Amino acid sequence: MPRDLAAGPRQLPGLEPETAFYWTSGADGVLRIQCCEACGHWQHPPFPRCAKCASEDVAPRPVSGKGRIASYTVNHEKWLPGLEVPFVFAAVELAEQAELYVFTNILAPVESVTRGMAVEVRFERHEDVWLPMFVPESAAP
Amino acid sequence: MTAKPESLVCISGAAQSEVGRPSRRTALQLTADACLAALSDAGLAPEDIDGIATYPGKSPLGGGIAPVSPSEVQAVLGIENPRWVLASGEGFSHMAPIFNAINAIACGMARHVIVFRSVAQASARMASRESTLMSGGQTTRVEGNNAWTVPFNALSPINTFALYAQAYFDKYGATSKQLGAIAVNNRANAAHNPNAIYRKPLSLDDYLAARVISSPLRLFDCDSHIDGSTAIVLSHADAAKDLARPPIRIEAVGMAISGLWVGKFEGDFTRLDADRAGEMLWSRTDLRPRDVDCAQIYDGFSIHVWLWLEALGLVPRGEACRFTEGGARIALDGELPLNTGGGQLSAGRFHGYGHIHEATVQLWGRGGGRQVKDARTCLVSNGGYGYGAMLLRRD
Repeated sequence: MPRDLAAGPRQLPGLEPETAFYWTSGADGVLRIQCCEACGHWQHPPFPRCAKCASEDVAPRPVSGKGRIASYTVNHEKWLPGLEVPFVFAAVELAEQAELYVFTNILAPVESVTRGMAVEVRFERHEDVWLPMFVPESAAP
Repeated sequence: MTAKPESLVCISGAAQSEVGRPSRRTALQLTADACLAALSDAGLAPEDIDGIATYPGKSPLGGGIAPVSPSEVQAVLGIENPRWVLASGEGFSHMAPIFNAINAIACGMARHVIVFRSVAQASARMASRESTLMSGGQTTRVEGNNAWTVPFNALSPINTFALYAQAYFDKYGATSKQLGAIAVNNRANAAHNPNAIYRKPLSLDDYLAARVISSPLRLFDCDSHIDGSTAIVLSHADAAKDLARPPIRIEAVGMAISGLWVGKFEGDFTRLDADRAGEMLWSRTDLRPRDVDCAQIYDGFSIHVWLWLEALGLVPRGEACRFTEGGARIALDGELPLNTGGGQLSAGRFHGYGHIHEATVQLWGRGGGRQVKDARTCLVSNGGYGYGAMLLRRD
């Protein structure tokens, strides 16, 4: 079981009207991303309209929670007292669409992380927020 | 075709305040220092100024990122009749006030505009080291665009741009030695800049021995917080004959904003939307990249230089790493002298305006030990999240 390599102080996101669904989606273990009901385009961050077809018919829709690491960095700097380093910050390209990126931490030994690595979501609950973290796909239960 | 607005406008004066880490002078004092020196440089007095512009304007954001407003500058300089005023932070396009001032002058709204950029980030960090983080050191929940990254402890822009560096390294086989050549080059140039914050020599071994901040970026890939101010005076080209200095012509401008500032990323992390600024710039001039005598390329982090060099077409895609390797081609006597005043890595984070100021230093022949021989054109670029570029030249 990989430990949370980004433990320590963590500033949680506010639950804003447009974004709350993303931060609470993990309550039932499923990641959701905004999708256009008119043309099927996924977009993140969520916006009031589809950037492809301008439809206002956009809504959160479940995704597989699987993706690959598009790029990553190992942060070594202790920006705040108590911040545990090193940890991996990454952009994960979700399987549903090319260039559909979410930012996250990769919960795995830092030296094992590579670009292109297959990963899947693992939620980490803090208060009323379920942070979508990612783990190597093979490490998932 | 209608005349390009930038062809109707020139840079008539430029100056910088002292640089401090921190400075004993307040941000407004430093701003007044820079503005008065720039006016004197142009041969103008405060009463000649009818426009004031800045980036980003005074902001409640902490961290010393935006400490001075145009209204304060009007008051402290005694500018009686500013008819045109602008403060622009959108997209973090540092050059936005310059582009807007060009338009204001070209359409007759103003004749002489002072553009300033002031920072007090060194003082802010003395008071609170956390104040300059993306979260601003706040303990409340993070909202807005930073909410996409701060909860994952990406607390500095370096974490975002390290993603670009890693992707670039992997795609093009680039190395830390190739990237480190930028920091080494900038430091060598800063040795000749009395107003640079870091002037002691830096070797490639020093660079490689320094700690990793956010892989693959190291300590000397980062610029440094400072206190300081830069002021640039823009004037209508037909006023140039009455001014103290030969005009610096604005040959072409290019600009772009990107989704980065709203958390929307596109591409494969090896290029920026600065590409569109480069395309726009070259569409507005008959000059070509080979005509550029020196370049002041934004270096908030060293990786920006590679991405901008390619965005501006100064080197082919994927070749910037080999172009900077060893440093010979970007040195003062190389084929493209780069960041001749030290850039932000060594001269300090004047936040884009150090680059613009250094372009004027080169084109007015004020470079002393860092002067590029016969520099007649200089390409200057600003920005990591929003993008601006200008091709400047002297007659």
